[in-house]
Amino acid sequence: MTRKSTPMGSVRGLGSAQAGTEHFIHQRVTAIALAVLVPWFIFSIIHATKAGYASALTWTAKPWNAILLILLFSAALYHMRLGLQTVIEDYIGKSGTRQALLILNTFAVFALMAAAVLSVLKIWIGAGA
Amino acid sequence: MAGSGWTDPRPLSPHLQVWRFHMTMLASIIHRATGVAMYFGAFLITGWVVALASGPEAYAIADYIINHPLAQIVLFAWAVAVMFHLANGIRYLFWDGPKIGFNPNTASLISIANFGFSIVAAAAIYGYAVFAT
Repeated sequence: MTRKSTPMGSVRGLGSAQAGTEHFIHQRVTAIALAVLVPWFIFSIIHATKAGYASALTWTAKPWNAILLILLFSAALYHMRLGLQTVIEDYIGKSGTRQALLILNTFAVFALMAAAVLSVLKIWIGAGA
Repeated sequence: MAGSGWTDPRPLSPHLQVWRFHMTMLASIIHRATGVAMYFGAFLITGWVVALASGPEAYAIADYIINHPLAQIVLFAWAVAVMFHLANGIRYLFWDGPKIGFNPNTASLISIANFGFSIVAAAAIYGYAVFAT
């Protein structure tokens, strides 16, 4: 395949839109992280919630679990923001609606991020270990 | 910048009616659908973590909701969605990284296998959650 880009263009790795490759790459990098974190989460959460509130709290307060939970939420929320952005851009043609939904997507993800991470930190720090 | 009345004249993605049905197409559609479904599932999981951080009263309410039969159906559907998106997502990673599995027959077979896997894996997770000590 012949490359029609200039050497500088190849270095930057951007197409004519000047953006987009990083969206593609970030989607896949977060996917790799989630392919590991999600199975861990499902397996762990089953055991953590088996014995109710106290055991769930103890599990979340353990440093490794708290760290992995924060990484899970970060990767998942970033991944789903990129994913829903693509869905909105593909199906919503009306400019105003599209912009509004894209902004709403960003706000929703940041709100979930703040709520989830601060909750995990509260439990972790609150345990005082 | 035009107002909300302006419609972008550039073409949107091809819609369903222009495609002949095939398994990778179905897998792609379900991949999207499960992705959007899990987007809303993330609100529920975040709600659970917030309830856990809020104290035993809030957690008891969350626990009560989770154990409702309707919530159990949602939870099982969530497990199916996660398992499908995971398996099918790994198929895409093999496409994008080492470029493995582009052969149409291979891609179709793996797509079918992913549907089977998602249901079996979700049933296994649900069973494990019920019977694990």
